[in-house]
Amino acid sequence: MDGLAADPALLEVRDLRKWFAGPRPGPFRPRARVRAVDGVSFDIRRGEVLSLVGESGSGKSTVGRTVLRLMRPDGGSIRFGGADITALGRDALRPFRRRMQLVFQDPYASLNPKMTVEEIVGAPLDIHEPATPAAERRRRVEEALSLVGLLPSHAARYPHEFSGGQRQRLGIARALILRPELLIADEPVSALDVSVQAQVVNLMLELKERLGLTILFISHDLAVVGYISDRIAVMYLGRLVEVAPTRALFATPRHPYTEALLSAVPIPDPTVKRERIVLAGDVPSPLDPPSGCRFRTRCRYALPACAAEPPALREVAPGHFKACIRDDLALASAIGAA
Amino acid sequence: MERDRAPSTAPAALAEDEVLAVRDLSIGFRTGIGELPAVRDVSFTLRRGETLALVGESGSGKSVTSLGILRLTPRAPFCRITGQVLLRGQDGRVRDLVTLPEAEMRDVRGRDAAMVFQEPMTSLNPVHRIGDQIAEAVRFHEGLGRRAALDKAAGLLELVGIPDPRRRLSSYPHELSGGMRQRVMIAIALSCEPQLLIADEPTTALDVTIQAQILDLLRRLQERTRMAVIFITHNLGVVAEIADRVMVMYAGRVVEQAPVRPLFGAPLMPYTRGLLRSVPRLDLAGLGRERLAAIPGSVPDPLAPPPGCSFAPRCGHFEPGRCDAAMPPLEHAAPEHLVRCVRWPELAAGTI
Amino acid sequence: MSGASGAPLGSAVVEEARPRPARRRDGPLQRFMRHRLAVFGAAVIALLALACAIGPLLLPFTDTEIDIMQRFAPPFSGVHLLGTDPLGRDILARILMAGRISLSVGFAAMVISMLIGITVGLVAGYYGGWLGTVLMRFVDAMLCFPSIFLLLAVSSLVGPAVGSIIVLIAITSWMEVARIVEAQIRALKARDFAVAAEALGASDARVMLRELLPNAIAPIVVAATLNVAHAILAESYISFLGYGIQPPTPSWGNMLDNAQSYLTSAPWLAIFPGAAITLAVTSFNVIGDGLRDALDPRSGGR
Repeated sequence: MDGLAADPALLEVRDLRKWFAGPRPGPFRPRARVRAVDGVSFDIRRGEVLSLVGESGSGKSTVGRTVLRLMRPDGGSIRFGGADITALGRDALRPFRRRMQLVFQDPYASLNPKMTVEEIVGAPLDIHEPATPAAERRRRVEEALSLVGLLPSHAARYPHEFSGGQRQRLGIARALILRPELLIADEPVSALDVSVQAQVVNLMLELKERLGLTILFISHDLAVVGYISDRIAVMYLGRLVEVAPTRALFATPRHPYTEALLSAVPIPDPTVKRERIVLAGDVPSPLDPPSGCRFRTRCRYALPACAAEPPALREVAPGHFKACIRDDLALASAIGAA
Repeated sequence: MERDRAPSTAPAALAEDEVLAVRDLSIGFRTGIGELPAVRDVSFTLRRGETLALVGESGSGKSVTSLGILRLTPRAPFCRITGQVLLRGQDGRVRDLVTLPEAEMRDVRGRDAAMVFQEPMTSLNPVHRIGDQIAEAVRFHEGLGRRAALDKAAGLLELVGIPDPRRRLSSYPHELSGGMRQRVMIAIALSCEPQLLIADEPTTALDVTIQAQILDLLRRLQERTRMAVIFITHNLGVVAEIADRVMVMYAGRVVEQAPVRPLFGAPLMPYTRGLLRSVPRLDLAGLGRERLAAIPGSVPDPLAPPPGCSFAPRCGHFEPGRCDAAMPPLEHAAPEHLVRCVRWPELAAGTI
Repeated sequence: MSGASGAPLGSAVVEEARPRPARRRDGPLQRFMRHRLAVFGAAVIALLALACAIGPLLLPFTDTEIDIMQRFAPPFSGVHLLGTDPLGRDILARILMAGRISLSVGFAAMVISMLIGITVGLVAGYYGGWLGTVLMRFVDAMLCFPSIFLLLAVSSLVGPAVGSIIVLIAITSWMEVARIVEAQIRALKARDFAVAAEALGASDARVMLRELLPNAIAPIVVAATLNVAHAILAESYISFLGYGIQPPTPSWGNMLDNAQSYLTSAPWLAIFPGAAITLAVTSFNVIGDGLRDALDPRSGGR
């Protein structure tokens, strides 16, 4: 499968909204609403790696969980492989579950400590293909293990006998045993040691090519994201602020938040000296987000007009979208610095 | 100077501009199956105003080293510290923290040397207002009255860039964001103007834009106070940004130590090289898909260490008979560049 | 000048700052074996159970055999090792037969109360929402009720029989278990491995029984042990008060009841069944303590 083909997108997300109940402002007042995801739209083409980048509280993980329908969205639509799964009930979702899988951040919490590797990795088979004969089941578990670089002899062990990187491989093996089309990876390398991160990133890229996977990669680490993705979507306070092909996003960021984010990432080379844009203050509370552009309170280019209404995500160059009313800015590239 | 228990070869005093000298520091933990050395033979010195980055993965011993310097590891029978930790106090006296009585040690902590941790929420007491927590630190070491201590606390909050510091004094820790809490921790650490600040992964739990703020703050504070900083991190980008010198640790030992430019520009230990090559670089993003040079395997099992060099099983330059014969010594490759690898001359010459 | 020394050649043993959890650490059995009192309790229960099971077969008397010549025989004085009661029945035989009843009532009541408690706790913890709220408020209401009065009132209504006593004890002692299980399941449900199962499309039953329950087993086992002790005690209460196991079938409780009138003249009538109850209940309690330490990884290790 090639991302360049004029296929319809594997995943189409339109105007996705997910609100959580916040605290009650008073004993008899209705609960406040936390707008964790507030109108997010994007597509993922088959065979593509799209990264969702943002800081904590941006809503990126919520997007991932909602797309997987672990949560019911409060608005918008999710189409997977052409089918609308926005409102499907539990049983109707089942056939879709095997086609989209999740890899977690914490390799310690995501594997059941009371189960053997064989039980963990084989669980998807038990659920979706319960008629699989024992020998066939065993063969497929071993195949999944070798796919992620583990040995068949590991099948009888328990998760605590593995290192963090190996556990993350187990999580990937579990996600891949049914050969899903879409993999949603929620910060899959953030909990790992530096030298092990690279192993897992390489593994994911390799599996993507071998199995024709489509990946939604959720991360806060721009360097990792820049390495693994075809396209990047930047989130801030529940909204997308910029979507662009990787190289374009890094070379010519069009949104002031992206610019600041890129300039904040320290580069492991002491000879590189860049002008650092230090954003003032913290991310505002999603309970009470700023009117208009949500980034305007920390934006050094903000104008009074930015408070008027939320800027729409619009295409400013082929494949390059941004949600900012200012087109007169020359923003710093992350690449020219080197 | 005092308590000359260190090996006779080690000079007992600090040079004029030195704040800290650690010599042959070893830290072992007692466990059910015998003593496990977490840190072995760590030696370094730190000058006034200098920042030393301690780099390593989990299990490298970098955090234990920093805790051991301030004797914050578990007490005597459970943990054994040997070697020398010479610290110049505010009063100019040099003390060996390894042998200092616990009562005097309490005075040293906070006054002469302070520490900032990764997770500010666990270091701050959730039931006390932050003003009182800062004031308490000030009063303990400086004997100020409550009013004066609170005034100083407000000044410190302003120093660390917290807006509206007077009002913030009466906030509780949970009312602050992660970045704000880390600023409060830094304010507490700086309250008595220590000579040495140990920062253990202070920005790891923070978002990049907040990390940038905190790094910026630390740099400005250091310029003002000329304190020496030990910065513990696994993030090589942060190291490149703030460190003057870098010490790389692996499996409890120092494997390379050098000023920041030669360390990044011409690393000699294969582990350092591997680490540098395994991190994706932002400025090279989206340029094709050659694989990252990952280091295979994972850190050695402390209970079944490999013979010889601890990095040998993961090393691309492993040579049987040499690398697994004995632990290589830490050698001078240049006056300020130390490396623990039997093959460093070949690596330096580029012949392998 | 960085003053580093050349490191001496030494053993290459290194330690990770964050030791790998549960690795080469003692297992639960080893930790339990280190708890001396609990091991002692387990041995006492094993001996007691064994004695009750095969003891009556070895004795020359049955529990209901009346030896009219030997009424009120004191212990350690003749063929009746622990003496005889006012009808000349052998105390040892009665204690052992009563042990069969008391221990089986204890175990059976425990099993039933665990089944109820685990089911309620599992459902309440997993589904939460209004269902969980209703169930847990019901648990609270049951806990508010003084169970001994409930036991007495209901047993006087339904009439005493071993089966009904077991059920009665069970339905007054499942609430603690329900609470423990509910709290555990609620916490475990939020863990990533449970989310992973959900993302796979696993059925509720699979998530509850295969993923969550095995992770809550430690507190459940502890609760079960303590529950046996509680049930033995409850059976003794109601039999002592005359609403439980009816003579001539002996139970530790009704033996105590019979002994009341002879406390000064024949104290052994009360001492031996009392000692049996104390021994059994205390043993189960210390086993519970030992299991708590052994199964809780946070308290174990060193």
